[in-house]
Amino acid sequence: MTKEVMTANKAVAEAARLVKPKVIPVFPITPQTSISEYLAQYVADGDIDAKYVKVESEHSAISAAVGASGAGVRVFTATSSQGLMLMHEIIFAAAGMRVPIVMANANRAISAPLSIWNDQQDSIAQRDAGWLQTYVEDAQDALDSTLMAYKISENDDVLLPSMVCLDGFILTHTVEPVDIPNQEDVNKFLPSYNPKHSFLDPKEPMTLGALADPGYYFEARHAIEIGMEKSIDVIKKTCKEFEEIFGRKYDLVENYKCDDAEIVLVAMGSVCSTIKAVIDELREEGEKIGLLKIRVYRPFPVDEINDAIKNCKKLSILDKNITFGIGGALYSDIKAKINKETYGFIIGLGGRDITPDTIKEVYEKTKNPEKDVTWVGLKKEDD
Amino acid sequence: MVSTGCVIKDPGNSKKNKTGSWRTFKPVLDKEKCIGCDKCVMFCPDAAINKDHDINYDYCKGCGICSAECPVKAIEMIKE
Repeated sequence: MTKEVMTANKAVAEAARLVKPKVIPVFPITPQTSISEYLAQYVADGDIDAKYVKVESEHSAISAAVGASGAGVRVFTATSSQGLMLMHEIIFAAAGMRVPIVMANANRAISAPLSIWNDQQDSIAQRDAGWLQTYVEDAQDALDSTLMAYKISENDDVLLPSMVCLDGFILTHTVEPVDIPNQEDVNKFLPSYNPKHSFLDPKEPMTLGALADPGYYFEARHAIEIGMEKSIDVIKKTCKEFEEIFGRKYDLVENYKCDDAEIVLVAMGSVCSTIKAVIDELREEGEKIGLLKIRVYRPFPVDEINDAIKNCKKLSILDKNITFGIGGALYSDIKAKINKETYGFIIGLGGRDITPDTIKEVYEKTKNPEKDVTWVGLKKEDD
Repeated sequence: MVSTGCVIKDPGNSKKNKTGSWRTFKPVLDKEKCIGCDKCVMFCPDAAINKDHDINYDYCKGCGICSAECPVKAIEMIKE
């Protein structure tokens, strides 16, 4: 194991190198671009023995990924924002064909108005596709989650693609020290990919993505739901195996000082680091506050959430996305599944800064609630 | 049950999908009137009429093209 200072984009590219994909179809887009550049360099230098497909759009990138994965090899790709929007049609097809693609998504806001800055609207808009989604907190998490995503997605009980979501710029362009696992350990953790249900073999011809009439479609969709449900145990098992080999502990959620908290903040991604710092500060002042980090958003870890928040009085959900007319996506999911007094907060859309004061305002507004869903950080009319 | 990912491993299995149930109108050929021009055979989009002008009702969807193309009006569309 070596320690290097790098961005989360480089950490993702390092993970992609370690899993030895055979095909890398990728189209550059801010703030994902350096992932595609690092991978092009690795392929050019012979560090990865893969076909790097220079596609003409993200729709083609994910289509080539589905084709290659269907042909039976390990595939990696990465995108962001408008690129993910362009992939939308094939995102659903990838899950339906049960091809275990792993894709990194550098979270960025959606046009219009055009924005290259961070929020999580892009991947949230794909939440119903049947992909597993992990939201990482830092660069190390980005590397480790990419490694684990392959093992989880390729599990016969799951066979669903994975999206590793990392906050644009906040993670993709910020340098941190990262442990890079050595190849032997990764080989031990992640054996080579041997697909049973889809592979290219002229002696055994097969069809993927064919028409399914009403006599078959319903069962095919239900099978995705079963895969999603089973993935919860597979993720837990994979996290344990990862910890045994690499020493770093992960889970579907992270309970940060929730057990004696009266108010628990719930959030995803890099903002959790800011929230933890605020919690440490407020705890010194005697406030009973905790954080529940949702690391894995799909599958939605209902039991793990319930277990972590059982002692608290109120939940406040921080969403870097908006489902117009409802509130944030995480807020609406928690309202649907968790029986607790819950308030929603929309923060940080399009890169609006989320400072410790933003978090403190969320906390105050949860103590003295005015309405169900509040946008925190809006400018006043005369600003 | 469906296979994982709805993958089809036995090519040519569309034969199992009998589309005759889609039909509302059924083409019925009067062989007395038929002049054997084979237009119905060539126009049938489902290849459901053979060279002997037998109509395969397992797959005929009842589109009526054969009836419309028949130059001697030998094929009548009858409601199922």
